[in-house]
Amino acid sequence: MKHMTRKATRHISQNEGLIFEKSSPGKAAWKLPPLDVPEVDTAKLLGKQERKDLGDMPEVSEIEIIRHFTRLSTWNYAIDLGMYPLGSCTMKYNPRVNEFVARVEGLANGHPYQPEKISQGALQIMKTLSDCLLEITGMDAITLQPAAGAHGELTGLLLVRAYHQSKGNARKKILIPDSAHGTNPATAATAGYAVENLKSNDRGMVDVAALAAQMNEEVAALMVTNPNTLGVFEQEIHKIAELMHAKGGLLYMDGANMNALVAKARPGDFGVDVMHMNLHKTFSTPHGGGGPGSGPVAVKKILAPFLPTPVVITKPDGTLGFEYNRPQSVGRVRAFYGNFGMFIRALAYIFANGPDGLRQTTEDAVLNANYIRKGLDGVYDLPYSTPSMHEVVFSDKLQAKKGVKTVDLAKRLIDYGFHPYTMAFPLIVHGALMIEPTESEPKEELDLFIEAMKSIADEVEEDPQFVLDAPHNTRISRLDETLAARKPVLRWKPEN
Amino acid sequence: MLKAIGIRSVDELFSPIPTEYRLTRDLAISRQMAESEIVDWFKQRAKENGEGYTSFLGAGAYFHYRPVVIDALVQRGEFLTSYTPYQAEFAQGTLQAIFEFQTMISELTGMDLANASMYDGSTGAAEAVMMAVRVTGRHSAVIARNLHPEYREVLNTYATHQAIPLKTVSFTDSGQIDLKELETAVGDDAACVLIQSPNFFGTIEDVEAIAEIAHKRGALLIVSIAEAVSLGIVEPPRTADIVAMEAQSFGVPLGFGGPYCGVLATKEKFVRQMPGRLVGQTVDKHGKRGFVLTLATREQHIRREKATSNICTNQALVALMVNIFMTVYGKIGLRELAKQNLAKTAYAAGQFSKHAKVLFAGAPRFNEFVVESSEDPYAINSRLLGHKIVGGFPLKKFYPELKNAALWCCTELTTRSMIDKAIDAAVGLVAESERSAPRMKETEEHEVAR
Repeated sequence: MKHMTRKATRHISQNEGLIFEKSSPGKAAWKLPPLDVPEVDTAKLLGKQERKDLGDMPEVSEIEIIRHFTRLSTWNYAIDLGMYPLGSCTMKYNPRVNEFVARVEGLANGHPYQPEKISQGALQIMKTLSDCLLEITGMDAITLQPAAGAHGELTGLLLVRAYHQSKGNARKKILIPDSAHGTNPATAATAGYAVENLKSNDRGMVDVAALAAQMNEEVAALMVTNPNTLGVFEQEIHKIAELMHAKGGLLYMDGANMNALVAKARPGDFGVDVMHMNLHKTFSTPHGGGGPGSGPVAVKKILAPFLPTPVVITKPDGTLGFEYNRPQSVGRVRAFYGNFGMFIRALAYIFANGPDGLRQTTEDAVLNANYIRKGLDGVYDLPYSTPSMHEVVFSDKLQAKKGVKTVDLAKRLIDYGFHPYTMAFPLIVHGALMIEPTESEPKEELDLFIEAMKSIADEVEEDPQFVLDAPHNTRISRLDETLAARKPVLRWKPEN
Repeated sequence: MLKAIGIRSVDELFSPIPTEYRLTRDLAISRQMAESEIVDWFKQRAKENGEGYTSFLGAGAYFHYRPVVIDALVQRGEFLTSYTPYQAEFAQGTLQAIFEFQTMISELTGMDLANASMYDGSTGAAEAVMMAVRVTGRHSAVIARNLHPEYREVLNTYATHQAIPLKTVSFTDSGQIDLKELETAVGDDAACVLIQSPNFFGTIEDVEAIAEIAHKRGALLIVSIAEAVSLGIVEPPRTADIVAMEAQSFGVPLGFGGPYCGVLATKEKFVRQMPGRLVGQTVDKHGKRGFVLTLATREQHIRREKATSNICTNQALVALMVNIFMTVYGKIGLRELAKQNLAKTAYAAGQFSKHAKVLFAGAPRFNEFVVESSEDPYAINSRLLGHKIVGGFPLKKFYPELKNAALWCCTELTTRSMIDKAIDAAVGLVAESERSAPRMKETEEHEVAR
């Protein structure tokens, strides 16, 4: 390594093949109790449906399994190892008490169809979380059923569609700013809507004049992310809402960036009609290498009749129950009630913070982002000078002069012991570096990050090729993605 | 930090938010709680949530033993607190684990390949139907009525807005799909036939015969599998085109319905129409084997409104639980595990048939069976509840014609004594003295058992 970095040092990590390569007949990590009922003749019971062989499934011992997955785990970066500055992904600390309470037996082993009388604990968790989220968002009604953010978006747009349909016309289009996350247009298409792009203005915000020109009775809703993907608060959000409402349209808010608003401003107060939240972003449930998420959708009264079934209600006798009889509902979006395990974790997070803790969290998240912005302004190009909330977007304009792009800077950052920022997004910034530190990071970690980014900028000046060849210190470097896509090898097969 | 930024107070950072929309009061939520209080609160809720009950519920969510190594491993921070593995150099652990998951799911389902997971079995089935629409260019689907009713509801929600008409095909008195009705239902406009096997009643379908009917008309066959453990002993649906699986049975806690782990498996030729993340093997610049997310051109972050699906986050950590479960039981253990499920269920069904009618006896079943009683199953269940037993799932909610029938499930965790006790209590053979547990009033019964 040319420069010693303060954060990371190389060390030995174990090599590990695929589990199938360790398999051999007779090894086992399982044991079943002796059968307490008569043995059955499987051939007689199942006839031609009997499976005789499980093919290439592995046979390994328990220590091999522990070592296999432990070795694999050491090849991952994680929040537990350090700052994870992925913009719009809100990689905050995942409190361990959340994991503990989610595994309490009566909650972990609750069956979704067990009678309501013995489900009051689970129902109480759903009710309490719903009440908290409604208070936080300033909305009127909620469904916890969607399994992730994009699933929440879909649910939200189905509500929009059902609302318009109830007025006699489902409308045809959804307006989406060019700075939006890719799920927004994909969701609109899945919900059966045409997508119309909305250009951002020179401050990185929704161009209100353009919106006024594009808004008409064919538009069902505008999907806006606020703060948007540049980390900029849409200052004219109320005007945007008025414009939409004047022509009978609805305002959808993608709550991906809710971490900048909790306890400081409420979407329900500034004109939003429907929004989803990501419990795995704002409310600290773990990303787990890509899920599970949870994407509750909160709505204003006018959309409440259309929420998916069932909804949690308080019954006349004071107990909680599920209500299925909702004739205007869009129907179910998922079996059972959603990712209940994530509800537990999110609620534990809200309990651990309370009103003052949540406010502090938001303030710290915004403070941290602005500290990084200040620290790197000038070192990296800042395409929009508009004030940042919880994340800041730079571009690779200065480094690109030396032929080094955002992806290369990101790969070099790995050598410094940091996960890369979100790169090449939002699309309105050419060569974007999108950085969101979250409230979890202490100043010391932020300083290390700023130092690393500055050092990389210096390297670009001195020896751009060195940065282009990064990462230098990882187990593997620059995987051939073209090969992977051209000749997909999506599973292991025995050699012969 | 304020000084470094050049501001006097944090409030200045919130000045972009118009004053009238700034919240100046405390949120009306409960005060900050200490960790001990949080733990107490949730333990209290757990007590109100069926803790200590014996359950015979299945119906799409199954109570199997979870080897302890699963939680020991998935709680490693490097798995728990990492992001989607877009940065391959920094996420080889997650990527290789997913590659192994894809391999084992392909192997078990008899398909060529599998994706990295979907939200759950219900949304997976709906995505499979939309995939079939893309593959065939046709715009309707034929659905088995013995597919999980909530899966059908989800599919209905998706299909309505995609303008995909759904035709439902009934079942015969073996509990299996009515092949004659299916034959007439599958027209030249059908993109697919979607069935479940073992189906909602626990009965195993004749997948080959159904595949023949579907393929004859140029439709794809999608097989939904809600009880993954069945794959240890039941022939996988090799003649299907897409398998839409719920893998919850493989080491995922019941958790009151989620998070679970959907997954799609299919034939190689359909891979480019498959939704969801895929991990592929490749080499790095030094020629070393490594893994990356691949075929991303199908996905929303590249294709936006032209993507195969809007799915983004999936169920990675739950898929890891499934992965570890499959690795623990492996080639031999999975079969033995499935055999125990089969034996317990055969015993229970045999015992029940002495007192009540076990429906759909004409076809092979896995670990669920339908009991028809002379008494309302809600009444039976509320009686059982007094013995801390949760009885079978009353079917009339979804199948009004199966009035007094309930769906019972036994797994390897169901003991013979539990079965015997439940039958005794259910048929009212328990001595009055033993029935000292408080009984519910008649009026409460329906609410209690839903």
